[in-house]
Amino acid sequence: MSETVNTTAAPAAEQAAPAPKPKRPKAKSLLMIGEQTNALFESARLAKERGEKVGWSASIFPQEIAETLGIVVLYPENHTAGVAARHQADPFLQECEGPLGYSNDLCAYAKLNLAYTAVLNGESDVELPDGGKMVKPDFLLLTNNICNQLTKWYENLARQLNIPVFFIDTCYNPMDYVTETRVRYVRAQIDQLIKDLCAFTGKTWDEERFKEVMRVSQLNSYLWERANNLMDHKPAPIGGFELFNYMSAMVCNRGKDSTTAIMRQLNAEMEQHIKEGTSTFPVEEEYRVSWDGIACWPYLSHNLRTLKKYGVNMVASSYGKAWAIKYDDLDGMARAYCFASTNGDNATTMMGRRMEALKRMDCEGTIYHVNRSCKVMDCQMMEVQRQLSAMAGVPFTSFDGDQADYRNYSEAQFETRIQGLVEVMKQNKEAKKNG
Amino acid sequence: MADLQQSIARLQAACDNPRAQLDYYLSQGKKVVGCFAPWAPEELVHASGMIPMGMWGGHTELKMAKSYLPAFACSIMQANMEFGLQGVYKGMSAVIIPAICDTLRCMTQNWRFGIKSIPAIAIVYPQNRSNPASVDYLISEYETVLTQLYTITGQMMNEDALHETIEIYNEHNKVMREFAAVANDHLDVITPQVRHTVFKSAFFFEKSEHTAIVKDLIEGLKARPAYNWTGKKVVLTGIMCEPVQVLDILAENNVAVVGDDLVQESQQFRADTPEKGGGGLKRLALQWNERYGCSLIHELGKPRGGQLAKQCEETGADGVIICMVKFCDPEEYDQPWLEKDLRNAGHPCVSIEIDQQNASFEQIRTRVQTFCESL
Repeated sequence: MSETVNTTAAPAAEQAAPAPKPKRPKAKSLLMIGEQTNALFESARLAKERGEKVGWSASIFPQEIAETLGIVVLYPENHTAGVAARHQADPFLQECEGPLGYSNDLCAYAKLNLAYTAVLNGESDVELPDGGKMVKPDFLLLTNNICNQLTKWYENLARQLNIPVFFIDTCYNPMDYVTETRVRYVRAQIDQLIKDLCAFTGKTWDEERFKEVMRVSQLNSYLWERANNLMDHKPAPIGGFELFNYMSAMVCNRGKDSTTAIMRQLNAEMEQHIKEGTSTFPVEEEYRVSWDGIACWPYLSHNLRTLKKYGVNMVASSYGKAWAIKYDDLDGMARAYCFASTNGDNATTMMGRRMEALKRMDCEGTIYHVNRSCKVMDCQMMEVQRQLSAMAGVPFTSFDGDQADYRNYSEAQFETRIQGLVEVMKQNKEAKKNG
Repeated sequence: MADLQQSIARLQAACDNPRAQLDYYLSQGKKVVGCFAPWAPEELVHASGMIPMGMWGGHTELKMAKSYLPAFACSIMQANMEFGLQGVYKGMSAVIIPAICDTLRCMTQNWRFGIKSIPAIAIVYPQNRSNPASVDYLISEYETVLTQLYTITGQMMNEDALHETIEIYNEHNKVMREFAAVANDHLDVITPQVRHTVFKSAFFFEKSEHTAIVKDLIEGLKARPAYNWTGKKVVLTGIMCEPVQVLDILAENNVAVVGDDLVQESQQFRADTPEKGGGGLKRLALQWNERYGCSLIHELGKPRGGQLAKQCEETGADGVIICMVKFCDPEEYDQPWLEKDLRNAGHPCVSIEIDQQNASFEQIRTRVQTFCESL
């Protein structure tokens, strides 16, 4: 009976529904990002075909080395974030926690990638939604400035695939600065890496090419930071979540000219909006907030929809700017990679960076993503929240989520938490207005 | 010389009430420095004339720690934080925290802001130990620790004191290894819990004192005829095997522990500091390179399974119990390979969940019973 009702009612409902809102055309910079991503995977496929060695790399590894040598490198963290955002994570999570025997407690990027690798290695028959464009690596580039889990994850990949790991141990920074002895240790590892990678791949080091890659990387870092900083205009020229779309350029292609073109285009588009007083943020920007932690990729659209409902634009993120890595020589590079990710820095540094962003962007609140995958982010977040809120005088809320495991999120909780934050921000706004 | 039972009772008393040990040393005019699990450079504290005391959590009700750590931080760090906030460690001059996993990175900061009465000294060990520069880096980390220790306590190490300390620690390592070997001939006396007590108590004594007690204990054991153990024998691996109720479950099931690869136990004593190779700090740094098979220290090849298989063969163990500390991600990454390698080598293994705050042991009891029946 109900089926009859539904089938007869459906066409009527369709007829009554308003015409769907035409989709805003994609910005040129976004189209360029798509092309760049496809080109990277294609170049990895072609390199494999030519019999060249292809690597997988941790996301804040000094990519300048591989770029100088002309080695194609892919990025598991970036890839798994994409798989999660496209809601394709489930079979990989099941495979990892089932037949592969890994704990549910582990980082979901790692779980997705270990299961994906099992497929590439012929040990699992999960269907690859992208047809295996993340080609099987011949070597791994590891650094631990993001977290220690990466070290363990890559140890396991190396054993699984029987391939070498080239490791740069950047060391956690308990001090407010990078000690000189850390710089010397990291520099020695970079020197060793250059020798080892040349020997492994048969490529030759070219100092002039390296200088050029450093120059491009620096320019891209500058342009990326500049784009992030343009969010300080009111209203912000774009919806803050859109900046997440450009991270692949900085993570995977930081030393490439194609990234320079994308970053210039992005800056130009943002400036155009500023000039015209427009924004891609689809509703009026009533509140400006900062976002702490990695994007909750499986629920990005729900996050955005909820924030949009209250006119909340995320204008500052603790996360994206980690790839704005500035230096001018090899020692400087060693130092910069030690201090790139706030996960590798003490709480004072972390709070200092967030405080600067809150002020510059004139944020009225902070949203903390308690990312179940990331202990290094979560295990000091409560103290950071207390101190930062007191220093900046802005309210905060937090929600439970995950960078890639869709099971660790509740839409209802997110909505309630945002509603609560908005109420406090509204009161603050009114109090300010009334003097 | 104390008799066997007196020695065991003395060590047991220290494990049951580490606070009394802390108070005893304070009453002797000694300064005490807390050493966070799993690795802290105890030798630097000792050589500065102070008492290093291990901090490996314990059973407690988590209340204040919840303001600092999410529920998915491991129970050892939760308990350390809770004890710190509750004032259990009052009297310690400082704590040394190795930032060796993601939770411990954060603990250096949580302690710094949460427990201001006891200064935190962070140490970051090198993980790329194949690079020779890691040695100089670690020496500089040790020097930073020493500078902070001196600034906080006023006590400074000298080279002779460090050499003497290294000798004391190497001697202690040797005696602990001897105990582990001798214990296997006396599994009637050295129950799983007693064995654990002997190892754990090392964290609560000045090392030469502990060496003396364990030497007495070994003599006491040697004076007894060897015991023919007819029950099952296992090797334990993981970070730790606590609370002691878990060890009692092994005893209930007629299971003896004939070897371990626990970070809290044998791993502490299996890498000596080289007798030569430079000054004291350099030798200590070289010792770090000697450590192996620890999930928290980067090593390629996932060697633990192979090492454990060898240990089973050497000790005649019937299988391995993997003591998985809940929410310990370094261990969780090792587990699948460990299990696979052990099974391929023909050694049965079972994993049990370790949570220091656990109050119900029925699940572990069932798993251990089933495992024993399968052996």
